[in-house]
Amino acid sequence: MIDRATIALSLLAIDPPGLRGLWLRARAGPVRDLVTTAITSPLPQRRLHPGVADDALFGGLDLAATLARGTQVFSAGLLNTPACLILTMAERCPPGLAARLSQALDQTLDQTGHCLIALDEGDADEAPPPALAERLGLFLDLSDVVWSDAPALTLDAATLQTARDRLSTVTTPPDTIAQLTRAAASLGIASLRVPLLALAAARAHAALRGADAVEAADLRLAAELVFAHRASPQPEAAPPPPDTPPPPPPEGDQRTESTQSTDIPDEVLIEAARAALPPDLLAALNAGRAARAAKGASGTGGGRAGNRRGRPLPSRAGRLGTGARIDLVATLRAAAPWQPIRRATALRAAALHIRPSDIRLKRFVETSDRVLIFAVDASGSAAFARLAEAKGAVELLLAAAYARRDHVALLAFRGTAAELILPPTRSLVQTKRRLAGLPGGGGTPLAHGLQMAMATARQAQARGLTPTIAVLTDGRGNIALDGSANRATAESDAAQQARAIAASGLSAVIIDTGNRPQPGLQMLAALMAAPYVALPRADAHRLSAVLSQALQ
Amino acid sequence: MKQPFPFSAIVGQEAMKQAMVLTAIDPSIGGVLVFGDRGTGKSTAVRALAALLPEISAVQGCPVNSASPDLVPDWAQGVGTKVVKRATPVVDLPLGVTEDRVVGALDIERALTRGEKAFEPGLLARANRGYLYIDEVNLLEDHIVDLLLDVAQSGENVVEREGLSIRHPARFVLVGSGNPEEGELRPQLLDRFGLSVEVTSPRDVPTRVEVITRRDAYDRDYDAFMAHWRAKDTRLRNAILKAREAMAGLTTPASVLHDCAALCIAIGSDGLRGELTLLKAARAQAAFEKSTTVTRAHLRSVAAMALSHRMRRDPLDDAGSTARVLRAVAEVLP
Repeated sequence: MIDRATIALSLLAIDPPGLRGLWLRARAGPVRDLVTTAITSPLPQRRLHPGVADDALFGGLDLAATLARGTQVFSAGLLNTPACLILTMAERCPPGLAARLSQALDQTLDQTGHCLIALDEGDADEAPPPALAERLGLFLDLSDVVWSDAPALTLDAATLQTARDRLSTVTTPPDTIAQLTRAAASLGIASLRVPLLALAAARAHAALRGADAVEAADLRLAAELVFAHRASPQPEAAPPPPDTPPPPPPEGDQRTESTQSTDIPDEVLIEAARAALPPDLLAALNAGRAARAAKGASGTGGGRAGNRRGRPLPSRAGRLGTGARIDLVATLRAAAPWQPIRRATALRAAALHIRPSDIRLKRFVETSDRVLIFAVDASGSAAFARLAEAKGAVELLLAAAYARRDHVALLAFRGTAAELILPPTRSLVQTKRRLAGLPGGGGTPLAHGLQMAMATARQAQARGLTPTIAVLTDGRGNIALDGSANRATAESDAAQQARAIAASGLSAVIIDTGNRPQPGLQMLAALMAAPYVALPRADAHRLSAVLSQALQ
Repeated sequence: MKQPFPFSAIVGQEAMKQAMVLTAIDPSIGGVLVFGDRGTGKSTAVRALAALLPEISAVQGCPVNSASPDLVPDWAQGVGTKVVKRATPVVDLPLGVTEDRVVGALDIERALTRGEKAFEPGLLARANRGYLYIDEVNLLEDHIVDLLLDVAQSGENVVEREGLSIRHPARFVLVGSGNPEEGELRPQLLDRFGLSVEVTSPRDVPTRVEVITRRDAYDRDYDAFMAHWRAKDTRLRNAILKAREAMAGLTTPASVLHDCAALCIAIGSDGLRGELTLLKAARAQAAFEKSTTVTRAHLRSVAAMALSHRMRRDPLDDAGSTARVLRAVAEVLP
């Protein structure tokens, strides 16, 4: 892994604008420090954090300094000159910042551009925003590297400079582009940015080797570094690459006389990419992407006070810091009574005397999105009774959720454990598809279902969403948390989870899908402090009305 | 400064290119919505469009790009009377942008340092007579969407805040792009887009290879590449200008109006915006094809992009709306 880190950092140092950047997944610690200190780049390094304000990015008037000095003081923006941007806590990067950074990465300044190193400390369910992650060429995962195994990591500045000078003369054999594109397509990578990034990586590696042309080894390495983490976990049954149409000859001045054959089968590239990462990491990354993807707009959930956007609240005295916005009228109003006194004592004549103590800041209340977490009992007993009806009920609630712009998450419990079928998303089509494909059968791990519903709700809360849990079950929990088929333990586990949900103050509703109302389930609802609704044998719309009422 | 990737050099994505050319011919069609996966050339096409569009004449230094000196708003200070040619503005509206950046606000710099009450125009002012581009439009915050809906409808931006009372024209073509997997778009905003197209990654390898080859040539051998494609862009720009002139002399038979109405009834589109957009798009298409009358063929070629987002939709229906429009077209316009 450390070898790969060395190569990745070298490539990035050779061609920063071509590769766009590096997604570095690692916990803060000595191993990550080892890598970050080794970052060298022809561009100056600048550090960003997810809360960075626009005036820091784009520059502008430094208000506090201007007020203090009485003359205009401007600050330079981070994005105004080409730089190697290091984004810390990239997994917390808000979509607005991601959009601005993506735009900056796409731009060309002074014949070169920015490159971005995203330091991602996320857990399995967190990842940098997809718009940003897609543009970064390289990926490194240092989670499994142990400090004692990590040798010192050094890059030789002279070698890199030689490689950088050589880069523009590296030629590409005509079929390289076709090979990389085919490999990307068979790995299920739809984006066309990716083969371009791989091409840049291959060229940089050829330059690093001191070669004149891109060869098979360069391509293999590019596939490992650029394709591996983007491959979809189950690539669609790839059609065999068509062998009849020859790839069109590339345009431009690529000299072809120096090419020794780089004909390597596409499978080699694909295998290289596949072998580069363990499959479970891939699944985790993709789940994280989906989970993060729906963030961005404000909706019907609870409110939180901020100083950037939303409905205005009364302004308050405060200091101008990052992100704070001044309420000018209130500031002037606060300063007005003092003007005669200040004029009398002021050293210089000015129309207006404002002291930092006058400054009033704007505050806004922003409503967060609501997320409905459906925990559906798909056990054997429910399947034979009323699973189809429960599915119908969920679909109706989905339609209501669509009208209110809510997010939805879907988890099912059957057999011995619960499974998160869909992390919070706004895509109803996807939810419906997953719901329709939900199989039934097996025991009823109610306790585990509740536990997972709560975990999902907690995660959603951490992301600023307001979660509501809807449990659809027939209530006969018979699988305990440890997976054993013991009804007594299962019931006490379920009761414990219900109390935990009540204690955490999450709003919830229990919908009884049994053939007749279960007293046990009513008690569970009481423990959860949740309303209890017996799924009526009624037409779907009355059902939906009952549920909507219970959820308000 | 490098020019953006040329419009003509974009491989495939014919529907998207057609929609953009149509709005360039007739801006009153009302914007394009491009929905599709990442890395399919959405942003590239919008940036390319900016370079392709004919220049407009505007008063030098005017914050709202006024066409003549008497149209310059009175709050704009230090604007001369010289009219210059300038590129059609294409303004980016980033996600997470604040309200005062969009509509404009009190110029704090001048208020605090010089004690003057002045208006600092926002993105809507800069986009006047040009394009407003919103990437990831489906993730845009609701309160910004509300603002845009109002302005896109009235063509005027009214600022009543911080003791300012200012209005200025804000007529722009809205171009939005996004990935439907990440969230739906509010129906009200959807309706404001004249045309909507879906883009997908090309499925066949030769096309994909061609995309990469051209982009690589653009990056590596900029001058030769641009010399080759700039000529094609110029030809396209002239065709757009000619089509604009030809719009005036175009005849629209009553039967075409009838067809528009019948088609909109068949797909059950809300309101009459569907008919109007369909007609305008068909007229622009006819002018672009150098035809003198609008025909059914023109209607057919624009029906999907003008109507697919206007159907009363079932949020849980996963059948493609484009397919439903095409089916209706086949039934109504035999």
